Amino acid sequence: MSEQAKDNQKMVIKLLVIVVGMFGFGFALVPLYDVFCDITGINGKTANSAAVYTAIEVDESRTISVEFITRTNTGMPWEFRAETKRIKVHPGELHTVNFYVRNPANKQIIAQAIPSVSPGQVALYLNKTECFCFNQQPLLAGEEATMPMQFYVDPQLPEDISFFTVQYTLFDVTGKGDSLAVKDNPYLREQPKSGT
Amino acid sequence: MAHSTDTIAPEHTTAHEHDDHHDHHIPSGIKRWLYTTNHKDIGTLYLWFAFIMFLIGGAMAMVIRLELFQPGLQIVDPNFFNQMTTVHGLIMVFGAVMPAFTGLANWLVPMMIGAPDMALPRMNNWSFWILPGAFLILLSSLFMEGGGPSFGWTFYAPLSTTYSGDSTALFVFSVHIMGASSIMGAINVIVTIFNMRAPGMTWMKMPLFVWTWLITAFLLIAVMPVLAGAVTMVLTDKFFGTSFFNAAGGGDPVMFQHIFWFFGHPEVYIMILPAFGIISQIVPTFARKKLFGYASMVYATASIALLSFVVWAHHMFTTGMPVAAEMFFMFATMLISVPTGVKVFNWVATMWRGSMTFEVPMLFAVAFIVLFTIGGLSGLMLAITPVDFQYHDTYFVVAHFHYVLVTGAIFSIMAAVYYWLPKWTGKMFDVTLAKWHFWCSLISVNVLFFPMHFVGLAGMPRRIPDYALQFADFNKWISLGGFAFGLSQLIFLALLIKACRKQGEPVSSQVWEGAEGLEWEIPSPAPYHTFETPPVVK
Repeated sequence: MSEQAKDNQKMVIKLLVIVVGMFGFGFALVPLYDVFCDITGINGKTANSAAVYTAIEVDESRTISVEFITRTNTGMPWEFRAETKRIKVHPGELHTVNFYVRNPANKQIIAQAIPSVSPGQVALYLNKTECFCFNQQPLLAGEEATMPMQFYVDPQLPEDISFFTVQYTLFDVTGKGDSLAVKDNPYLREQPKSGT
Repeated sequence: MAHSTDTIAPEHTTAHEHDDHHDHHIPSGIKRWLYTTNHKDIGTLYLWFAFIMFLIGGAMAMVIRLELFQPGLQIVDPNFFNQMTTVHGLIMVFGAVMPAFTGLANWLVPMMIGAPDMALPRMNNWSFWILPGAFLILLSSLFMEGGGPSFGWTFYAPLSTTYSGDSTALFVFSVHIMGASSIMGAINVIVTIFNMRAPGMTWMKMPLFVWTWLITAFLLIAVMPVLAGAVTMVLTDKFFGTSFFNAAGGGDPVMFQHIFWFFGHPEVYIMILPAFGIISQIVPTFARKKLFGYASMVYATASIALLSFVVWAHHMFTTGMPVAAEMFFMFATMLISVPTGVKVFNWVATMWRGSMTFEVPMLFAVAFIVLFTIGGLSGLMLAITPVDFQYHDTYFVVAHFHYVLVTGAIFSIMAAVYYWLPKWTGKMFDVTLAKWHFWCSLISVNVLFFPMHFVGLAGMPRRIPDYALQFADFNKWISLGGFAFGLSQLIFLALLIKACRKQGEPVSSQVWEGAEGLEWEIPSPAPYHTFETPPVVK
């Protein structure tokens, strides 16, 4: 192999390393994106797991308006609404709001609620101690449920924010996630009628 | 054996004029083209392939303009309209502009740096010959049940993951193959430029076309793999149950846009940096002056390439980003206009007080400078976050990127073809036809794209087969301009067929009076093998 060919081969190997590295980087962007959003909260995604409420000082001097809106993704037949549309809270106070769902379809559907907070930076200060969105929710045909969400607002919430909106979107994940037995759903309003 | 010219001494080239001893190994007919590893043959293949794709993609644009000629739905159904906009974009980007630049690089880079061929000739053959397969797959998907891809060339999730047809798999594989081809081509260009420059061809003596292609090649190997990753994620989301872009499964559709535009913004510079190189070769020739600010051109190209990695989210201002991020991407985007402005200034300064003549390549080059700058200015308008909310996804955006891609990239490719064609064929092309091609294209392209600014500002959305009645008059003119521009390219086709049949006056080795550089030192037509003994650049 000539000197030239050797030099070329070395260079090709180096460049291929860049190519493979960049292909990997494309996929690395996925976790990086999540980490970046977790740290900065700019995506409006709230945490996926429960926060622990420790008795903290309630800031009575500030009142924050929180609005709840709900929607279902295209093709998702459930009825879904917030029983509390709007609530005024003091930072540090623990509150529970309920959401009503009903499955009008004639088959079992498993739902996953995805939260989104606007303005996005509030996501860092909205702490949920309990949320139906942490788990998938199965309902048999015709069943209904009341799903609670318990939260408090971190008193560190920036001064200029006095109002924010929490939106939940329900996705149909039947057959896509873990297969859940309906009896595991703790939020059911009434037991399903036994089909006798 | 020292032939002493003023700056450059090519050696042995005269010997090859009468010496075809390499050529008798070459198979004739179709095998010559299938098996060729010669950079000139592969360059020709790339250029013809790009031109055929340009005509096919152009035919799709004609379908789009025919449907939009008058309001209402009359010619095609909306799903087919969407397939036309999608495949038109994919073909023009990956099938026409990029292969045309690769073809020019194949022809010119070895000749400009005094190398006998590309560094990796066998890979060069592969990188071309996988391309027709890729586009055959893409085009054949149009005939599938349910039609081809219809989610736009940007294939945003969930359009491409949830709402697309089975042809998505074919789309993904064809993009994989196009990407592999581009990456191989880019590696070849980089290795050639690094390892095969003639003695004395230092970095800062390299012609600007070589410089801009070197930087483009680095952009290609940096971002084409990211595109490959993005289409792979779309494939697994659609067919294998992953949730990269599916919110229900913990993914995020907005993340698709981040990944796509991380590829997509450098991609637009991949399609314009070689054009800057071409214009920087042509303007000094016909102004008969050295290029003004050579070093600043090199640094400006490099700065544009680096900045291109930090501006991607200006395509996404309306996705609900925080204000701080919008400000960052707005200012970073506007910053790019500084090195771009340096380039435009340098071209104008090169022409200033030059002994200018307006041969056909120069006509296209001057048109490029004026019209590309218009596209640059509308780009600057789009960069302004608050007004982008008005412009986003309207025909204003369509006007902007067609000014930079058609009157920018494609005009530069045409300028390059007219500039180097006599060197390739040894005969002057039909100048009358060329002038007809230029003037018809220039007028019709402006009738085609300029009114799009107005309908866009007035709120006409892109990628929709129908529109409100108040846009009817402008759209009629836009469509007429479109048909005229499409027909004008048939003049180009006729001219190229004549040129390939070697009709026309023989030309000297220099071809153009003011042309300088190694490729003008070798005879016209360029012999099959050149610079087997490297020239010495002083």
